[in-house]
Formats: sequence, C-alpha cells, structure tokens
Amino acid sequence: MARHTITFLLLGFLLILLFIVDISIGSTDIPISDVWNALTGGQCDPQARDIILKIRLLKSIMAILAGTALATSGLQMQTIFRNPLAGPHVLGVSSGAGLGVALFLLGAPILGFAHNDFTQYIGVAGAAWIGSAAILLVIVALSRRIKDIMVILILGMMIGSGIGAAVEILQYLSDESALKSFVIWTMGSLGDVTSSQVLLIAPIIVIGLLLSIATIKPLNTLLLGENYARSMGIDVARSRRLIFISTVLLSGTITAFCGPIGFVGLAVPHLARMLFASADHRLLIPGSMLMGGIMMLVCNLISKSMTLPINTITALMGIPIVIIVVIRNRNILR
Amino acid sequence: MSIRLKDITLGYGERILVNDVNADIKQGELTALLGRNGTGKSTLLRALAGLGSTISGSIELMGHDLSTLSVQQRSKLISFVTPEKIAVANLSCEEVVAFGRTPYTNWKGTITLEDRKIVERAMSLVKMSDFAKKDINHLSDGEYQRIMIARALAQDTPIILLDEPTAFLDMPNRYELCILLQKLAHIEKKTILFSTHDLDIALSLCDGIALIDSPHIHYMTTSDIINSGHIERLFSSEEIYFDPQTQRVNLKQA
Repeated sequence: MARHTITFLLLGFLLILLFIVDISIGSTDIPISDVWNALTGGQCDPQARDIILKIRLLKSIMAILAGTALATSGLQMQTIFRNPLAGPHVLGVSSGAGLGVALFLLGAPILGFAHNDFTQYIGVAGAAWIGSAAILLVIVALSRRIKDIMVILILGMMIGSGIGAAVEILQYLSDESALKSFVIWTMGSLGDVTSSQVLLIAPIIVIGLLLSIATIKPLNTLLLGENYARSMGIDVARSRRLIFISTVLLSGTITAFCGPIGFVGLAVPHLARMLFASADHRLLIPGSMLMGGIMMLVCNLISKSMTLPINTITALMGIPIVIIVVIRNRNILR
Repeated sequence: MSIRLKDITLGYGERILVNDVNADIKQGELTALLGRNGTGKSTLLRALAGLGSTISGSIELMGHDLSTLSVQQRSKLISFVTPEKIAVANLSCEEVVAFGRTPYTNWKGTITLEDRKIVERAMSLVKMSDFAKKDINHLSDGEYQRIMIARALAQDTPIILLDEPTAFLDMPNRYELCILLQKLAHIEKKTILFSTHDLDIALSLCDGIALIDSPHIHYMTTSDIINSGHIERLFSSEEIYFDPQTQRVNLKQA
C-alpha cells in the first residue's frame, strides 16, 4: 500500500505542477511573478490579471474538471459493460449529447424558437444531459437482452453513426450562424466557459465524482459479472442506476460545455490500470481522476502551443494508447 | 433442513421445466443435480441463488423463506459458483477470493485482518495457497474452478451452489474437484448442490442425487437412485444403456 501512496502523491504533485505551468504559458508572455500576483491578488498589470483570471485559470480548471470527469466515466463504463473498449465516445453517449445540442442549437431555430442568453446558458447543458442519458438508457436496455459485449459495442457505434447522420441533416437545414456555433461546439474547447458557468459545472462534476467513489465496492464486484455481484449481496439494479447517473453527470456535463472530447475516457483508465497493475477500483477511481486531469492539462498545453482544437490533441494522444490496449488484451477480448 | 423446496414450479412463460417439486436437502451433504440438457438444472440453481424466479412454490434456506430475504441477508446464506469465466486484466487469485468477503466488508470493501485470515484459509482448503498472487487469467480450468470455490468458501455461507463446475475439466481434475466438494461438505459441514453431466462421478461421490425427469425431480440417496430404475430410463438410447451393477453407461453390443 505504501508504494501506491507514493504513486498518488507523485500524481498529485504532477497535477499541481502542470496546472501552474498551464496557467503560466499562453500566447501572451506574462512573467511568472505577475501570474503569481494575479492569482494571489497582489499588484500586477490589469491586462495580465484579466488574461490570467478570466482566460487561463478558467481554462486550466476546465481541463482538470474535464479530464477527471471523462476518465472516471470511461472507467465506470468499461467496468459496467465489462468491455475494455467502452467509453463515453465509443458507446454513443457523446453523440447522444451531440444530438441533444444539435436539436437545441440547430433544431430550435428551424422550428422558429429564438434563443436568448438564458436559454442558451441552461439549454446546451440540459440538452446534452438529456441526449446522453437517452442514449445510455438505450444501451442499457440493449445490454440487458444482448449478452455479447462486442455486439453492444457495434450497436453503440451504429447508434453514434446514425445520430451523426441525423445531425448532418439538421446542419444542412440550418442557417449559417446556428451552424457555426454548433460546428465550433463539435470541435471541443475548454475556453468557451464563463466563470459563472464554471461555478455551475464544478459542483455537478464533484457530485458525479463523489457518486463514483460511493460505488467503488459495486464496481469491484461487477468485475466478476452481475450474477456474482448479486450473489454477494450487491443490489445491482440500484448500483447500476447510481453509476449511470454519475456517468451522465460527468460525461454529459463536460460534453455539453466543452464539446465531444474523445479518447480521454477510453485511454486514461487503461493508463491507470497499467500504472497500478491492478483492477481494484479503490486505486483505479482516484488514479483515473488524477491521470485524467494530468492528461487534459498536457493536451491543453499542446493545443495552446499549436493552436489546434483540443479534440485533435486528445485523439492523437489517446489513439496509440487504445491500440496498445487492444493488442495487449487480445486474449481477453477474444 | 438446509434447503427445502415446497411445490416448486419452474419454467419460462408457457414452457414448464419442473412442476410441483418437493425436496429437503440436509446440512453437510453433497448433492449432484443431474439431468439432460435443457431440463432446467441452471434454472433451478439460479432460482435457489435468488438470481432467477420461480413460477410458484417456495424455497426455504436454513429455515428462512427465500422471498423474504434481502439481497444482503441472502448473500450470507448462499454462495454461487457460476459457469461463466471471468476475463479481467490485473486481477490476482487472492483478490478474487477476497471478493467473497463482500457481504461483510465496509462501503469500499476494505479487507480486515480477520477477512485476510478467512481468505487464506479458503485458499488452503482448495490447496491453492501458492497461487495467491497469480493472475486469474493465467490459470488452467481446474485451478480456476478451485479459486472460484475458494471465493465461495470465503463468503462463509452454509450453502454453496455450483453450476457445472466440472464442465471444462479433464478426467483426473473432475474427480479431484468432486472429492474436494465432498470433503468440504463432510468436514466443513457445507450443504453443496452442483449440477453436472458426470454421472459416474456423481454416483460414486455424492450423498444424494437430484435427478431431473421433466417435469419431476427425483431426489433420493445415491444408492436409492441407482436402484430406482430412473437412471436407466433417462440415460439410455438406441446405442447406450446404464448398468446399475457397475454404475456405468455402456454401449449396446450389436
């Protein structure tokens, strides 16, 4: 156990370090002393203070929230579907959120509803939640009847593609300004949130994370499958509900505000498994949280320095990890 | 009585598998559940474990009506070894056995010193102590079954159910495993009910046999069932017959 404590401390240290680096680096050169003063409320250039507090700090906080949330939700789905390739993106949950947002941003104007600031503020998140929850319910209903995990995975992908097609029709019918805001949403961004939105997002993510911690024991027993979990006194239906609520809060919220960020939820839990060489969620849940935050901060740094969408970077970093996992798990996937 | 079946009817929708079955299984007995494919062996075991439902009738476990027990209470009376194989990376045998302590552990499943002792004892009872740190994916089928039995022992229940534990084993392993089950029943006083197709092993090692003869179940002591004629009737065809003298299935000579 001592070895794991050191690993956690190192991960925590790395997270804080990257957080500071992430705030200090950007397109405008700001001396580290000004960064420090802006954060601690000391004397500094007002323009620098605005950049630090209103842009970089928010972006870094969002990176940590997003990485933590997506990685945790990916781990939950991999365990509950007993599928190493499950994740918010692969199972179509992100596309569900995307459909919700598309219906809201693109569909509502087509039907003649105009958005004011308030509906825009609440609506995108609400639509994404409803969309992701709906798709997750479909996947759950399917997974009750279909035992073969590969079939579920393929159906998840098909649902995702089907939704993609539906969204394209909506895009075709939409006017330019609505289309633009949707396309920008799909590229994924950590920087489009306001401080008041972060105050809304952060508590939701914390609730989702606390729920994931509360379901550590059922998640562990579910490694042996539902029959074993039930025979060992776990209320599987209730645990599954809690885990799904947690997943929708985590991946739905992040997808709503940051767009569909792929591969973090899929890849990070595997990195955690490799690092801890364990399947125990007492290690994997906190491990995925920390490593998810770290990975998103790294992606954010790269995305800033190359001015590429965050989605591109997470894909470039995540895909090799996923390929390694698939090759290593050949015998398990069969 | 350890397991008491009262007027149990099982099936799916229109299809009745077994009808109005009554049986009393005593504590500390090894019982084999025999029957042809698709006669409802798994369905009965799942119903007993609380994982499946009955159409009518009631099940009593250690004097408690199964339907009135919570999932938690049930998990302290009955443990189940399912036929499915676990494929999870980075899971050691010791961890799998320790999952058996789930009904007794706290919210995050902390294994206490006492739990650790119970886990170690369970592993030594199935002679798998040396495999504690080994990955569950790197076991032979026989070793895997032993670990899953150790997990059931760690759950510390008076009743253990096993669904075809000998299915993928070679002949020596089949005997070894059933001898182990017999010892656990007689020495540890566990009531063990397992489904199997190994007629000769069941007849030579079990205290009782529950033979599914759709829609009935004949439950009697092993010597009674051998002489009852039921086995001859159920396990014979144009090519084979059961010989109660040798307790074996033989080919009909041309």
